[in-house]
Amino acid sequence: MTLRLGTFESVIGLEVHAELLTASKIFCGCSAAFGAPPNQHTCPVCLGMPGMLPVLNRRVVEFAVRAGLATHSQIAPVSRWARKNYFYPDLCKGYQISQFELPICEGGHVDIVVDGVAQRVRLTRIHMEEDTGKNIHDARGNASLVDFNRSGVPLLEIVSEPDMTWPAEAVAYLRTLRSTLQYLQICDGNMEEGSFRCDANVSVRPKGTTTLGTKVEIKNMNSFRNVERAIAFELERHVRVLEDGGALVQETRLWDPDREETRPMRSKESAHDYRYFPDPDLPPLVVSDAFVDEIRRTLPELPEARRGRFVGALGLPDYDADVLTARRDVADYFEAVVATHANAKAASNWVMGDILRLVRERKLDDAPAITDWPVAAAHLGELIALIDEDAISGKIAKTVFEEMVTSGEAPRAIVARLGLTQVSDEGPIIAAIDEVLAAN
Amino acid sequence: MKISVEQIRHVALLARLALTPAEEEELTTNLGQILQHMDKLNQLDTSGVEPTAHIVAVDTPWREDVVTNAPDTDALLANAPARDDDLFLVPKIID
Amino acid sequence: MSTDLTIATAAERLRRGDLTAVDLTQAALDRIAATDDAIHAFLTVTPDEALAAARAADAAFANGTAAGPLTGIPIAVKDVIATAGIRTTAGSKILADFVPAYDATVTRRLKDAGAVIVGKVNCDEFAMGSSNENSAYGVTRNPWDLDRVPGGSSGGSAAAVAAGQALASLGTDTGGSIRLPASYTGIVGMKPTYGRVSRFGVVAYASSLDQVGPMTRDVTDCALVLSILAGHDPRDSTSVNRPVGDYAAAVAGGVAGARGLRIALPREYFGEGMQPAVEQAVRTAATTFRDAGATVHDASLPHTEHAVGTYYILATAEASSNLARYDGIRYGLRAPTDGGLLDLYRRTRAAGFGPEVKRRIMLGTYVLSSGYYDAYYLKAQKVRTLIRRDFEQVFAGADVIMTPVAPTTAFRIGEKTADPLQMYLSDVFMISINLAGLPSIVLPCGVDENGMPIGLQIVGPPFGEEIVLRAARSFEAATTWHHLRPPDLAERKPPQ
Ligand SMILES: [Mg+2]
Ligand SMILES: [Zn+2]
Repeated sequence: MTLRLGTFESVIGLEVHAELLTASKIFCGCSAAFGAPPNQHTCPVCLGMPGMLPVLNRRVVEFAVRAGLATHSQIAPVSRWARKNYFYPDLCKGYQISQFELPICEGGHVDIVVDGVAQRVRLTRIHMEEDTGKNIHDARGNASLVDFNRSGVPLLEIVSEPDMTWPAEAVAYLRTLRSTLQYLQICDGNMEEGSFRCDANVSVRPKGTTTLGTKVEIKNMNSFRNVERAIAFELERHVRVLEDGGALVQETRLWDPDREETRPMRSKESAHDYRYFPDPDLPPLVVSDAFVDEIRRTLPELPEARRGRFVGALGLPDYDADVLTARRDVADYFEAVVATHANAKAASNWVMGDILRLVRERKLDDAPAITDWPVAAAHLGELIALIDEDAISGKIAKTVFEEMVTSGEAPRAIVARLGLTQVSDEGPIIAAIDEVLAAN
Repeated sequence: MKISVEQIRHVALLARLALTPAEEEELTTNLGQILQHMDKLNQLDTSGVEPTAHIVAVDTPWREDVVTNAPDTDALLANAPARDDDLFLVPKIID
Repeated sequence: MSTDLTIATAAERLRRGDLTAVDLTQAALDRIAATDDAIHAFLTVTPDEALAAARAADAAFANGTAAGPLTGIPIAVKDVIATAGIRTTAGSKILADFVPAYDATVTRRLKDAGAVIVGKVNCDEFAMGSSNENSAYGVTRNPWDLDRVPGGSSGGSAAAVAAGQALASLGTDTGGSIRLPASYTGIVGMKPTYGRVSRFGVVAYASSLDQVGPMTRDVTDCALVLSILAGHDPRDSTSVNRPVGDYAAAVAGGVAGARGLRIALPREYFGEGMQPAVEQAVRTAATTFRDAGATVHDASLPHTEHAVGTYYILATAEASSNLARYDGIRYGLRAPTDGGLLDLYRRTRAAGFGPEVKRRIMLGTYVLSSGYYDAYYLKAQKVRTLIRRDFEQVFAGADVIMTPVAPTTAFRIGEKTADPLQMYLSDVFMISINLAGLPSIVLPCGVDENGMPIGLQIVGPPFGEEIVLRAARSFEAATTWHHLRPPDLAERKPPQ
């Protein structure tokens, strides 16, 4: 995608809201699971009824610390809860419990690779907050409906510095961040269901200057493709307005994926004043060194490290390592194949080829973690072993693989049952004849 | 500090309160007087003083990540001023 | 039969079997029926639930399973405290029809202790007020003089106990709301240390200041009810997890409890504008303590004059946020609207809230708003630190602090409504104690020239409930003020 920015350069910062994979909500004992019938996962606390009080879910803090450590952030020994005050039907108390002055994580970074070039995106902060309910529009002529199942589901808000210039960098950052959260098993990363949401802050300025131009926030981008298009559209719009001698307004705009354009949001009053103040219902959050150390100790290997190991120790090409480590479950599967039979490049080819093709066809990658693989990793390892032993040819292997997918049988059993063993020299034949003769 | 009618109107919008002109006028006077009393706090030197948000020091309380609430949707919607089955009904929201 | 009993006496008679819980409860209900037209303490009377609880209590006595110390005792609950299945209005039109599906923790604790809840009592709307004149359901009248206020915001709780409609009640205290009505109606009321009693299920006014506490006929009953209410609640994150003191033991010593007690009298709490009878009563109380073996010395709480300003910044800021949930969406009043969402919010809140609540929401919204936060809210949080330090310094050389409750006795209905600032200033002797989070008891120490009760306030260090109760009981044992009762109400009708 080429951008026409003329004499301007662009500045992009991203705000991600990631729903956490906890069993219960952040401040009450309701289920945080997605997809229940309306208002089934609610209680007086997450409906904001009179006199109800929040009690923090420990796992939310654990997950926030995991994300902080994985992004090289500083973990605050004391952080604070704040109320963000505004009115909206999906906001049950008239305020959102969030963090403001003292967030749990500050000053981390995410390393990304764009067109083979390594770049670093700094993080301003990561903080914990509660999700809102969901307004359902257009259900009927002049009414909307509100479902509070999502009210109180824990979120991490991850705010980047305005360190990105091109839409492709924004997408690379989001992909890397999402994969990191998936590796940490704290977020399923599903953008369509809204468990990984992104808002972009974009502005342009004349090349060579340093003051930021008028900033516009873009919302409603629920796929990587939309993020890329929406940012590109908005940057070009800024340049057009400025080149025509116009002025930009600081505002929030919604991406309309059908019309491929952004438009100003009508509902929220122009002058936001969230009146943040410390939440008197929640004492400051104290996180001990021991708590953080325990999480550090049990942190899984992260994509960067794993990619490095796949290239260095297993000798895979960069491209293979990128594809295989993009999802933790895929990388785990690949390693299980290699554990059965040590031929990494062959395993990589099979996984990137037939396995991922079937995964996509069967939409298995919609799940947060793939569990019912088309064939068992041990079986795939065995299949590669049969090829390496010259017991079967690469062509026969394709037939065996198809049979493995349909029957679930182990490849050696299939080869025996169908009599597919290839004859590459006379040795085996002589041995077979000897066997027959001996038996008689 | 004095407060103007315009400020009163702005604050009333933030607080989502429809005020009559008489209420606006009364609040302008009342709040002005009360704020004037509050301005006396500025006589105090509070440099280096830590703000108190929580008067009693409590250990961070938290609970384990366990689902403890069973669905009770009907009882929870019993006080709803308007509903459509198990959803709360509100005037049309415009994005 | 009379409901003019203490809990201790009634409980003893119930245990002995010469009184049944049903009879006692019926007597309370009869008393309410006979006197509440005049007093208007109750917003909701719950005879069916009360008599059912009383029958259960009698059954428990009969088969020897009555373990709860409040078994069969009629108690009234302030209408900001949630009661499952019973309308809970917070004295506001916006919650006129709100029936919670849940009990507040304090309600649950009362029920678990066997108490019989006879109904929900009136209060200033959302507990915002000092006179009960801010209730959306009409003012409660002072049983001692029906032309006078009972104090607020727990005015219904105080009047019900003073008038013998219940043996005890629950109030809440954010800036004096238990103590002022206790003082104005000649009963005992206690605000515990912040965090000692759960706030779960208590409609929030100012969350960093609110506490629930007992309102009773005497100090011994106060200790008993407090021992039921106090304790850690995992559902309130500001509730403190530390052992509850032995409050019964604290009051067991009688007059002797005063021996060796070091009492501080803060000089900022006496001065111009004070009704002479009030100052006289408190000075006399000091003499009573000295005679009983305590030492009394002058002390200073230099930031007292800033307490009202600090309180009204912090309390209204929190209130503006706490009351945002009353938006007409999920429960409560929804005003008719032909416009959109914004119109629904503005009209609902305009119709549902009374003038004082609107004033405090406006004030609180203003002090938190962009450009004013540092000048007001942050400044007030810092002054709160200074006020807390004042008390720490005094408690370095004193066991308790003794003060008047208010500059005057109960004022006439309508006397102060025109000037909100003057009304706020009348809470000056109580507000600092909420800001510092301290335990404080109020008990009767005299009457003025009109026969209106005067209260004495005794304040302790954080979690010093036992020493506060011990001091209060020693004074009570040395005096007879707690035996005074308002004139008979049965024949009186509300003034027209
Ligand atoms: Mg957020
Ligand atoms: Zn819930």
